[in-house]
Amino acid sequence: MFLIQCPWCGNRAETEYRYGGEAGISRPKDPDALSDAEWSDYLFYRSNPRGAHKELWNHAQGCRRWFEVERDTVSYKIARSYKLADRNSESGS
Amino acid sequence: MQLDRLKTGGRIDRTRPLNFRFNGKTYSGFAGDTLASALLANDVALVSRSFKLHRPRGIVGAGAEEPNAIVQVGTGASTLPNMRATQVELYDGLEARSTKGWPNLRFDLAALNDRFSKVFGAGFYYKTFMRPKAFWKYYERFIRASAGFGIAPTEPDPDSYEHRNAHCDVLVAGGGPAGLMAALVAARSGARVIIADEQNEFGGSLLSGSESIDGKPAAEWVNAVIAELRDRGNVTVLTRSTVFGYYDHNFIAVAEHCSDHKGERAADGVRERLWRVRADQVVLAQGAFERPLVFCNNDRPGVMTASAVSTYINRYGVCPGKRAVVFTNNDSAYRTALDLNNAGIPVVVVDCRKSGAGSLGATADAAGITVLRGHIVSDVIGRHRVSGIRIARWDGDTQSTFDSTIRIDCDLLAMSGGWSPAVHLHSQSGGTNAWDETRHCFVPAESAQANVSAGACNGHWSLKACLQDGIDAGAEVAARCGLRTMPVELPVTTEGTDNPMQALWRVPASKDPDRCPKQFIDYQNDTSVADVRLAAREGYRNVEHVKRYTALGFGTDQGKLGNINGMAILAECLGKTIPEVGTTTFRPVYTPVTFGLGAGENVGELFDPIRKTAIHERHQAAGSPFEVVGQWHRPWYFPQGGEDLHAAVARECLATRNSVGMMDASTLGKIDARGPDVVEFLERIYTHDVGRMKVGRCAYGIMLREDGMLMDDGVMARLGEHQYYLTTTTGGAANVLNWLETWLQTEWPELKVYLTSLTDSFSTIAVAGPKSRDVLQNAGCSIDLGKENFSFMSVQQAVLAGFPVQLFRVSFSGELAFEINIDSAYASQMWQILMESGKEFDITPYGTETMHVLRAEKGFVIVGQDTDGSVTPVDLGMNWLLSKNKDFLGKRSLSRQDCVRDDRKQLVGLLSVDGSTVVPEGTQLIEDPGAPKPVPMCGHVTSSYFSATLGHPIAMALVSAGHRRKDETIYAYLADNLVVPVTIVSPVFYDAKGARQNV
Ligand SMILES: [Zn+2]
Repeated sequence: MFLIQCPWCGNRAETEYRYGGEAGISRPKDPDALSDAEWSDYLFYRSNPRGAHKELWNHAQGCRRWFEVERDTVSYKIARSYKLADRNSESGS
Repeated sequence: MQLDRLKTGGRIDRTRPLNFRFNGKTYSGFAGDTLASALLANDVALVSRSFKLHRPRGIVGAGAEEPNAIVQVGTGASTLPNMRATQVELYDGLEARSTKGWPNLRFDLAALNDRFSKVFGAGFYYKTFMRPKAFWKYYERFIRASAGFGIAPTEPDPDSYEHRNAHCDVLVAGGGPAGLMAALVAARSGARVIIADEQNEFGGSLLSGSESIDGKPAAEWVNAVIAELRDRGNVTVLTRSTVFGYYDHNFIAVAEHCSDHKGERAADGVRERLWRVRADQVVLAQGAFERPLVFCNNDRPGVMTASAVSTYINRYGVCPGKRAVVFTNNDSAYRTALDLNNAGIPVVVVDCRKSGAGSLGATADAAGITVLRGHIVSDVIGRHRVSGIRIARWDGDTQSTFDSTIRIDCDLLAMSGGWSPAVHLHSQSGGTNAWDETRHCFVPAESAQANVSAGACNGHWSLKACLQDGIDAGAEVAARCGLRTMPVELPVTTEGTDNPMQALWRVPASKDPDRCPKQFIDYQNDTSVADVRLAAREGYRNVEHVKRYTALGFGTDQGKLGNINGMAILAECLGKTIPEVGTTTFRPVYTPVTFGLGAGENVGELFDPIRKTAIHERHQAAGSPFEVVGQWHRPWYFPQGGEDLHAAVARECLATRNSVGMMDASTLGKIDARGPDVVEFLERIYTHDVGRMKVGRCAYGIMLREDGMLMDDGVMARLGEHQYYLTTTTGGAANVLNWLETWLQTEWPELKVYLTSLTDSFSTIAVAGPKSRDVLQNAGCSIDLGKENFSFMSVQQAVLAGFPVQLFRVSFSGELAFEINIDSAYASQMWQILMESGKEFDITPYGTETMHVLRAEKGFVIVGQDTDGSVTPVDLGMNWLLSKNKDFLGKRSLSRQDCVRDDRKQLVGLLSVDGSTVVPEGTQLIEDPGAPKPVPMCGHVTSSYFSATLGHPIAMALVSAGHRRKDETIYAYLADNLVVPVTIVSPVFYDAKGARQNV
């Protein structure tokens, strides 16, 4: 069971959280302009890397906030977690 | 009579005799015995029949590794299957029996399997029982009956189990010399320590030997260390506590057996406690397992590991034989020979090494023990009990055997094939192991998590090395916790010098390995050398595949005894090295755990939270049975005078259609959404034009997932320019709130919208039927309820019977109806007032069942019943709800290729052609009952009821291309091959124009 640091609440057990999948999947601005294939790519396809993975977690049993976690999908080591607002800075902890 | 009990010695309490029963016979032992030691004291050599061949088997080990003495302990509801007799502490009145061997151990009918064992080779079950496929159901019964281990109790477990969370700086797994040292160093350095050991007392291997520490018996040193640890405020000391699982991020699971040593049931308190520990650092000090040697008939009762024999002598004061042979390829077994000799048992040592042992060899010689160096045991004589062995000369340098016919009479054969560190937890945590060429074992290499292995489980065999390794590990983890390490002195021990061990994975036999008597690798699974060779011959190369083909390493012991021997022998067959073959994956659990432990307190009423509405007690008083929806307990129907479900529902439906009914709709999800950007936000969520709604208006709204499938529905109301009141389905309330929050936080943080769940704050009472307006008027309402002032699909604040309420003119029944939202504190009172006010109209409370029938008559869907996550609003005929003026979640998906297929399943109504059959929900629909099987299905029934209002059954269904197939007849395929013709109709069965609700 993972130990995940919520940027607001600190280290908590995985059971307090809900997994939100790969981070950084933006909803297309104009879906109608997309082909079926392009839309499906947004809907269904994820990178599923071996190694470093940025993913969304929600502190469902706590502050109910979404945040990002950088986790290694092989070792499960969590490199850092940070608020969504900080996702473009390297200052997360 | 405890014939094999030694006159003195052992850690048992001879003043406390205990009676117990094994396979129906009464025996006696002493406090401090395990079931195994007590059985051995009573000269019970035969304890089980083997898994596949049903060969007689005896006790082999003294701990978690025991493969044969697998017993059913206890009776009735508290019985436990698959217990290792070596780990069952004796208590007075203990009942145990073999889980194998039918009808009795000595005359096991299935032992014929052994006589035909050529037929029962590796993969036998796979090869024999796969064909013909249809016969599997007969085979399965036979296999289960002949192979099953224990039996599960059939009644509920009467005992209590507990889960406890704990956090610590250092968790030490194992309380032998290394673990104790590590705990002591960490504790003195100020770390918060938890030390857990699976046994009833600390000391590990020290309990089994006769060593001294600091000039005193080792047990005294153990007691002193434990006393200090207990005295410290920063140490939790857990006995009878098995660290059985090492999970991610140093999450450790420990099974504490609180009462199993006292009796069958936990007389007071908890039977077992699951510790869920998050440790900053972990010290793994679980010791090592002694390996058997693999020779012909090495499974005969009376063949044991040498360390087990020493344990029985030193710890339990039992000698499991009267004439012993020790067969070894390393020095440690000489201790057992000395223990036997000290106990007055004649003993011969057979050592495969020409050089024999180091200083222990000299001690044995001095004690007058016969040591046959450069010899092996080639066969064992005796079927139900060892009666002798044959030995041969062996040259380890040339690997050549010299036949000899020397027979030695004995009834006990203690064997040692070297030691395997218990790398289980290290491996579970993701750590790697490396093969050590001199010690001939896998030792922990890289750690994947914050842990350190110490002592024998780190590949150290001598007591001094284990103590030092423990000190080092304790210092290391204390430093990693940022603590200043307090030095601890290495205790004084006496150390000899050992000669190197000689690898002897398969002991040569007089015939070739496939024709000689069986040489067992894994006792519990009856896996022999011949089986592994067969697997290799048949092309199996991967150790994981060989495991599954031969069953090597399955069962309660999970290969603790046999795996390394098996892998070495496989390596030999494949011409590979042992590290090239590698080990199978180590997974939790280390030893079996009970279901009770896993469940903990979460059983019965505590299994799942129960949610009750504010009006629950009134429904209960009215005699309503409850239906569980999500976690809510909702009134199902309100029977009167012995009515059954159907009678009550028919009455409730008619009363509502003809006069007035009332239901508790409080479980509907309610969300207050407000903020300057709330309109923009809801436009993106809902499919209809939210912004066009005037303040005070209600609308039926649906939301889709991004893949276009219907996710939830409900009425939403615009309470203000920037405030909406959203309702959701009962089951979807939490999901919808999460869904909305997710989009606000992750995708649209620029939108200023605030969401508040009001599900529990407000209760909802629905009053429906032509007389509903009169009921509210009777109760005293502050607003004009007439159509002109308060039209269909609008909302108003009002004072009803003196209480402030929010009144919705919405209808889920198709009748004139009002939904009253009221502070939950007053809901129960309001229910009572409305019952009074409606008396003159015979107001009828109704439950979920009537609600379902009324809405089905109107063709209203229930999300999750008529939909299943693969249904679009177009499939449901809800095109009118889809705005063309804006984008919304899921909209783009509705034009995906798959969503515009013309054969999609679409919502339709169904009428039974016979006018009387209520087709069960879930029934499959077919085009042509005469079609060859398998008959293709064209849809399924989602809702089906008898409509008292209409006087005939009605059903809703999802049917392929259903929208354009009106009036066609298809067939419902019922159980027992019954085929019912049904006609496709509109799903709106009643008042298609909607006139009744709009009055
Ligand atoms: Zn939080």
